[in-house]
Amino acid sequence: MILTTTTIDKIKTRMARYPSHRSAILPALTEAYRQVGNLNPAIYKEIAKIIRVPYVEVAEAASFYTMFPKNETGRYLLQVCHNISCSLRGADNMLLYIQEKLGIKLGETTKDNLFTLISVECLGGCSAAPMLQIDDTYYENLTREKIDSLIADLRTNAAHKNQEAPSTATPDSDSTDSKDDV
Amino acid sequence: MEQVLFKYIDDPEQHKIERYIENGGYQALAKVFKDYKPNEVIDLVKSSGLRGRGGAGFPAGLKWSFVPKNSPKPKYLCCNADESEPGTCKDRVLMERDPHMMLEGIIICCYAINAHHAFVYIRGEFVFPAKRVEEAVEAAYAKGYLGKNIMGSGFDLDIIVHTGGGAYICGEETALLSSLEGDRGLSRIRPPFPAISGLYDSPTVINNVETLASLPSIFNNGVDWYRSHGTEKSPGTKVFSLSGNVKKPGNYEIELGTPLSYVINDLGGGMEDEQYKLKAIIPGGSSTPLLMPDQIDTPLDYESIAEAGSMLGSGAIIVIDERACMVWVAMKLINFYQHESCGKCTPCREGTAWLKQIINRIERGEGQNGDIDLIIDVCGNIMGRTICPLGDAAVMPTESIIKHFRHEFEYHIEHKKCQVKTDYPF
Repeated sequence: MILTTTTIDKIKTRMARYPSHRSAILPALTEAYRQVGNLNPAIYKEIAKIIRVPYVEVAEAASFYTMFPKNETGRYLLQVCHNISCSLRGADNMLLYIQEKLGIKLGETTKDNLFTLISVECLGGCSAAPMLQIDDTYYENLTREKIDSLIADLRTNAAHKNQEAPSTATPDSDSTDSKDDV
Repeated sequence: MEQVLFKYIDDPEQHKIERYIENGGYQALAKVFKDYKPNEVIDLVKSSGLRGRGGAGFPAGLKWSFVPKNSPKPKYLCCNADESEPGTCKDRVLMERDPHMMLEGIIICCYAINAHHAFVYIRGEFVFPAKRVEEAVEAAYAKGYLGKNIMGSGFDLDIIVHTGGGAYICGEETALLSSLEGDRGLSRIRPPFPAISGLYDSPTVINNVETLASLPSIFNNGVDWYRSHGTEKSPGTKVFSLSGNVKKPGNYEIELGTPLSYVINDLGGGMEDEQYKLKAIIPGGSSTPLLMPDQIDTPLDYESIAEAGSMLGSGAIIVIDERACMVWVAMKLINFYQHESCGKCTPCREGTAWLKQIINRIERGEGQNGDIDLIIDVCGNIMGRTICPLGDAAVMPTESIIKHFRHEFEYHIEHKKCQVKTDYPF
């Protein structure tokens, strides 16, 4: 078994709320992804059993949604927006900067297995471009200095927490702050 | 300018139910239960002229009125919070900072269409907004604004917050329904329209976050007050997401009919770097045709923007300065639409892939003679021939960029490089 009792319980709780149990497929994939960090056929099999749907229905849904990596990634998945609003604020050069800084190309993982870098479509952070997402957090209005300190913070976090807890690095521009960032 | 949706947006406590109530929250709902029958709610929303804020601008009350009154099936409301149109980031703010306004709107709508289940479909990446909405839903249950017999009205409602998996197409209403049912997010052929046969084959209304969040103020202040804002055909206020090459990008609420130049120059502080001139404006999200610098005074309402040759869409204004090569802009956009095409229908699946291939080869300096006409030909074979609007959304900006900047494409093909090499500093 890959999914923990906690994850299974969360899936079952969600399933009970929907008028149709099949609606819990996407929430189940989300919960599994939150626990494991990626998805694979063994997980689909477990989800299919919990939701009582054929394996293929879970697999075909999972393959459609790009938010869930299907391969292992580094501890921190850097998802850099490369869409138009971010690009107009230097996202292309930011991507080059991060690649140079981490010594990896787009799609690769650092040797210490800490960072995987990918570029993604619009994340809805357009007014605070350029931006990227790591785990649940949006890092916005990025500059070279902010990237430097973000990477340094994540490295420190990982070292301190032995790679078991999620990042506690504070986003520089949490979207709950000033109206300039609204 | 009067702030309606953003009235309390800077109040850091506004997302909490206590503060929301303190600031007049849930009074509209009380009024609705006390003074209005469901069909009267629909009539009032119709006469308010409120139009869908997700992109299409369809009259909200009219949409609700399509739900059959005597169908024995359950009715559903889906709040579309799958905000993914490039340039758009307004619903996120509304959910993070004032989630109860949207919830109050959801309850009003459900009462009007007699739905006892509502879903909020939030894009999966919006973890923080989703958390805020979840907390708001819990608080609303605890205070009796959700659940059984809401405020003693005898009306029951459950709200389920559902998060997506990173697919733009799920913001399209029928794909949203497929996704909510556990399938791949594939769009569906209409008719039947969702109002007749939507979620679980039952009558379903799908409304954008901002549309629903607009309801409480309409019921609190009345139709005349609402119509005193905006224009006759585009009444009310709307939040515009301003991004790209301006000094102060951000979300700004304005009355519909306000000139685009006011948003860019007054609210946005003008061009990001004054030595670079305005080159083009995408006025309503990446799917909408360009407006040119001489159209900067166009009023931001559905009719005026349409007359100017574009669409108000989701209200995402993307400002492009002269540092951008328009082939590069077209490439950024087509790569997105190709990536997000759900693959169900051939014109969109194959067409966007061809457009991507051709535009990318021009951008790389490998364009061939005839490529521009080929793009136009492929566009013509997508436009109006697809199940959902994604195909059209890929075509409209592409055609528009070629129409206004054909010379940059020609230069690229002839000289194998950009006329202006895009290099935005970081």
